[in-house]
Amino acid sequence: MNNKNKKYLLQSALILSIVSLFIFFATNAQINMSNRGLQFGFGFLNREASFDIQFTLIEYSRSSTYLRAYLVGLLNTILVAFFGIIFATILGVIVGIARLSKNYLINNLASAYVEFFRNLPLLLQLFFWYYAALRVLPLPQDAGEFFFSSYLTIKALYLPALRWENFYVFLTLFIISIFLIIVTKFYTKKIQEKDGTQFPIFLISVAILLILPSLSLIFGFSSFSIEKPELLKLSETTYTFEGGLEIPPEFIALLFALSLYTATFIAECVRAGIEAIGKGQKEAAASLGLNPNLVLKLIVMPQALRVIIPPTTNQYLNLTKNSSLASAIAYPDLALVFAGTALMQTGKAIEIVSMVMFTYLLLSILTSVLMNWYNKKQQITEK
Amino acid sequence: MRKIFFIKPNISNLNICLPVGSFLILLSFLDIFLNTFYNLNPSFFIIGPVNKVLPLLLGMIGFYLIRIEYSGKKYLDIFNKKINLNNFNALCTLIISFSIIKIMPIFLSWFIIDANFVGDNKDACTGSGACWVYIKVWFERFIYGMYPASEIWRINISFILIIVFGLFGLFSNEKIKRYLILYYAVVYPILAFIIIYFLVSGGVFNLEWVQTNAWGGLSLTFIVAFFALIFCFPIGLFLALGRRSKLIAVRYVSIGFIEFWRGVPLITVLFMSAVIFPLFLPSGVYIDTLVRAIFAIALFEAAYIAEVIRGGLQALPKGQYEAARSLGMGYWKSNYLIILPQALKIVIPGIANTFLALVKDTPLIFVVGLLEIVGMTNLAKTNPKWLGLAMEGYIFAGLIFFLICYVMSKYSQSLEKKLSSER
Repeated sequence: MNNKNKKYLLQSALILSIVSLFIFFATNAQINMSNRGLQFGFGFLNREASFDIQFTLIEYSRSSTYLRAYLVGLLNTILVAFFGIIFATILGVIVGIARLSKNYLINNLASAYVEFFRNLPLLLQLFFWYYAALRVLPLPQDAGEFFFSSYLTIKALYLPALRWENFYVFLTLFIISIFLIIVTKFYTKKIQEKDGTQFPIFLISVAILLILPSLSLIFGFSSFSIEKPELLKLSETTYTFEGGLEIPPEFIALLFALSLYTATFIAECVRAGIEAIGKGQKEAAASLGLNPNLVLKLIVMPQALRVIIPPTTNQYLNLTKNSSLASAIAYPDLALVFAGTALMQTGKAIEIVSMVMFTYLLLSILTSVLMNWYNKKQQITEK
Repeated sequence: MRKIFFIKPNISNLNICLPVGSFLILLSFLDIFLNTFYNLNPSFFIIGPVNKVLPLLLGMIGFYLIRIEYSGKKYLDIFNKKINLNNFNALCTLIISFSIIKIMPIFLSWFIIDANFVGDNKDACTGSGACWVYIKVWFERFIYGMYPASEIWRINISFILIIVFGLFGLFSNEKIKRYLILYYAVVYPILAFIIIYFLVSGGVFNLEWVQTNAWGGLSLTFIVAFFALIFCFPIGLFLALGRRSKLIAVRYVSIGFIEFWRGVPLITVLFMSAVIFPLFLPSGVYIDTLVRAIFAIALFEAAYIAEVIRGGLQALPKGQYEAARSLGMGYWKSNYLIILPQALKIVIPGIANTFLALVKDTPLIFVVGLLEIVGMTNLAKTNPKWLGLAMEGYIFAGLIFFLICYVMSKYSQSLEKKLSSER
């Protein structure tokens, strides 16, 4: 037998064995499910879910469908991942830079933070924040105002809420102003490339972003009022806050754990990225007469970002996937709402778990596609 | 700041600046110190918001005064270089040291001074600090889970046996050395499995049978981590080779497998192993929850190991592959003798990091109802007799995990340094 035939044989054997494994599993599943009187199908998605979800971004009630419950869970996952990524990035960049500080104390404090938080299991940190740290918070009636009539209590974090009227006008103007900023950036860059004139792009952008949306407020097309949380007496000893924005402790604990944990990894990425830039680059920039701020902005950061972005993307993905730990503390995310409660009620194990898994897979793929695109833009265009 | 002060500290006025600066810094620390430990406010005569920031202000001026370049005093120069480089640096130094002085007593009193160490029930915990009695009473449960107390020696002996068998490699001479890979890759896992299966699980040799859901605590963490580690490495190795294979089917199957596992959270994989996998088996066949969970973790981490090893394979110069081929080596021989030894050496830190991640992921087995040490502390805090002691339990579990992971990560860092200096 020659080499080529051997290769074909090997590959077909592999594919055959995988296909037969799948068939084996499928037939077994069919037999097992019919034994238990279960049927495969996604029809249950349109049935009434008839369970409550504590924390929802979109309207949801017991009479909503399973599909709606799925959406609620998905949005909650995205919400916590979004804020987690923002906080982790801010903290990670600060700590990463702090680890490079020449100050002995700052440097060591940052190292201690990184070593400590990255060497503890995320689940343990989550438990710690939720069951131990947030439990020492005061009851609603004892809580003091700490920031613009916000109250941090054991029940929830209460923030003043903005109640909008004709919000869409404001939103449209906001989107238009972002569009305008992109256009101006594009044009000023062209002009700068042509004859070297520089514009204060940052100031212009801020001005556009501030002025244009506020026009709608000034001319009264849209308006908002601030709703403050008020202490309400329910009975002799129980109090609660009414109105405003109520952020449940599950969300806070999850956000804390996720961002503190992921920030350690991002800090390491940032540190490695900045360290990867040769000293010669900084010296060359300084000898061209750039001041330290400009050296960081024009020379170090653009190069460091190329090193930082790919591993940081991975960390963002990890954070999103790790947000599924929410089910351990009853934050109604996708894993808990769907792979937990809904699965328990319907018994549609295969459909539900595969739906959840593919949702996460899709989120991962989307994020990595987006970041790969950004990464490609940042890469050196070799001539 | 230079414009505000009339004096510019330099070597000529060193004799004035240094004592005055040191005195001011001393004052600021004294203020904070008295404030924290004796509840005194030495600066009571200064009212208003200035009082609050007075130590900061004094410290800043002091630090400014002693910031003298090339002072000729060795320790002053080192001091300035380390923590007093510029105004911002000095401010950070002050804030950090003040916070440490403020926070330390709170921590110390909770952990040690006001904590309770003696006793055997919750009533012994009268202090306002931690209740370490809880850890003492529950210690056995945290380590061995719900394993029957009279049978715990079985876990101990099997762990000792596994460690002894694992140390074989250290005492081998040249003759046996060539078989070491075979031993660690095939014989050792089987041996370990047999030990765990017969000794810990029991059911034979007059040993009481202990179901896996009674296992728990730290020993379960070790069992899960150990077997998952042993299985995930070879799977990851073959996946990495498969991903770089020239055979299209092999390559795409590997890519699909790796990307699938890397795209989903471990918790859903464990869900799958718990609720879906039994459906895939013929009726009558039952695989234990623990075994399923270990395989789920192993497959999951194998995908990550595969990516790490692929990095090592890609980092090798093409010449190595070509040289191996030109010597007439086939695919397996060239990989075994030339490529993998070099590639694996490059990625040892990466592999260690993945192993570390695996150890940190073991608590997730709580979703299939297995309680290792984190799950156990979580369960113990719901015991009606020991309510309200969640903090102590988590700190205990955290300390153990931190020790394990810190040692592992330090070891991998030292390996990294050792290997990078060799190249």
